[in-house]
Amino acid sequence: MIRSANINPEIFARRKRTNKIGLTLSMAAMGLGMIFLLWILSVLFIKGFGAIDLNLFTHSTPAPGSEDGGLANAIVGSLMLVGCCTLLSTPIGVLAGLYLSEYGDRSRVASVTRFVTDIMLSAPSIVIGLFVYAFVVAQVRHFSGWAGTIALALIAIPVVVRTTENMLRLVPGSLREAAYALGAPKWKVAFMITLRAAQSGVMTGILLSLARVSGETAPLLFTALNNQFFSTNMNAPMANLPVVIFQFAMSPYDNWVDLAWGGALLITFAVLGLNILARVVFSQKVQG
Amino acid sequence: MSNMKTMFDLNRADSQGGIVETMNQGPQHATINALEVRNLNFFYGAFQGLKNINLDIEQGKVTAFIGPSGCGKSTLLRTLNRMYDLYPGQRAEGEISFYGQNILEPGQDLNLLRSRIGMVFQKPTPFPMSIYENIAFGVRLYEKLSRSEMDERVEWALNKAALWNEAKDKLSQSGLSLSGGQQQRLCIARAVAVKPSVILLDEPTSALDPISTGKIEELIHELKNEYTIAIVTHNMQQAARVSDYTAYMYLGSLIEYGKTDEIFIKPKRKETEDYITGRFG
Repeated sequence: MIRSANINPEIFARRKRTNKIGLTLSMAAMGLGMIFLLWILSVLFIKGFGAIDLNLFTHSTPAPGSEDGGLANAIVGSLMLVGCCTLLSTPIGVLAGLYLSEYGDRSRVASVTRFVTDIMLSAPSIVIGLFVYAFVVAQVRHFSGWAGTIALALIAIPVVVRTTENMLRLVPGSLREAAYALGAPKWKVAFMITLRAAQSGVMTGILLSLARVSGETAPLLFTALNNQFFSTNMNAPMANLPVVIFQFAMSPYDNWVDLAWGGALLITFAVLGLNILARVVFSQKVQG
Repeated sequence: MSNMKTMFDLNRADSQGGIVETMNQGPQHATINALEVRNLNFFYGAFQGLKNINLDIEQGKVTAFIGPSGCGKSTLLRTLNRMYDLYPGQRAEGEISFYGQNILEPGQDLNLLRSRIGMVFQKPTPFPMSIYENIAFGVRLYEKLSRSEMDERVEWALNKAALWNEAKDKLSQSGLSLSGGQQQRLCIARAVAVKPSVILLDEPTSALDPISTGKIEELIHELKNEYTIAIVTHNMQQAARVSDYTAYMYLGSLIEYGKTDEIFIKPKRKETEDYITGRFG
């Protein structure tokens, strides 16, 4: 052991003790979190895997009391809702982020936009669902896939706006200056240089917003509602995984409850896949 | 619009005229100034960064700006292509004449101005695209070239920057895949490719190793035959090696300006001598 005349052994011992206590507490907190996470995942896997078979992807949701059935209509519906939501929220979110970072900067409009976006980020999703219900569903007098898409987009847009802005801000000013120094006009610098330099970060933001909305239930409850039959009509009520899970999990039929578990596992895999994809895309940028 | 047009035509005509004249009469007699700075004051908000600067930058020569950190040499360079305009709160007063056109006047087309007065920065800044596209980006802004013409231009620019041999087999690779020194030469090639009449170099070698620095200094020698060059440098030996004229600046003022030989061998001002001999700065 290293010895030194000016080290007080008491202080040294106390420091080691404090270190041990701190380490133990943080490990315990981590363990508690992990236990619940693993518990949730293991229940999901055990109950969900039993429900996953070919029928799940080929048959639509069964009528009450009938046997078998699958989730084909809900899977396709969810893909359509989330897909349309992406098509709607990506251009709006990326352009708004571009405005905040490159044009608005410290202007009043930009700071108000930023503030509102931050509120929207943490707004309860049921409030957004209610808003779309009041202004879309109640106006046209029927539930529809479009209403669901709008509700999901309202949730996704703030996520895309903020990540886009933050990623664009990470682009060094020297890169913009270099483009201006060649005589490039502002919009070309913004779109062709800055946005391009931040593209993997922006992509990551879009993927994370997708992961966020693909599990949202509340905004779909009174917008897209649900549909027992296979339908790709965006003007009609549309089946989707979260609402099917919500309804089937609480039903008295065993085959419905099984389907709910299967659907829950599917969504979890989708979210997991999107998160992994986001990490892969983002790490490519770091390597240059 | 009419302003834009005249500025473009003027400097084309003048730069051609200028070359003819210097060849006939020798450089000592007829000197043409690419840029003439008169009574220039520059402000960062309330802080005055440049104080009453007067100097001429001669066409086809290398003019170096030296001085301790914060003396205003980079600020001066950034007024010459109005780069400061990107930032609110920064403003310049006085006159900077670019072949007779006062570029500080309102109503200038700054994008066009910057395509005539190119700039290379301290850190290499390749765009996130291929080597070929890095060069084609600037060219496409103002010229419409066919594919083969563009190929030629890219090769020409890379040759000018002594990068062609190293880059010709990987034109489609990312500009970021090059080494630091190569990236900086790519940035020079990119600036040269748009055929400006003046090139501003803001400490172009301070982030590079000695070998890359040597290559870029050779390049400056080559380029001055066709371009007017202004270079800011922290390195006095570099100023002595590459420049024809040297300006010594201190605290926002131009202390001494003259032929590089005279500044380094027989400076007129005591402050310049102190800085050059290393007693200060």
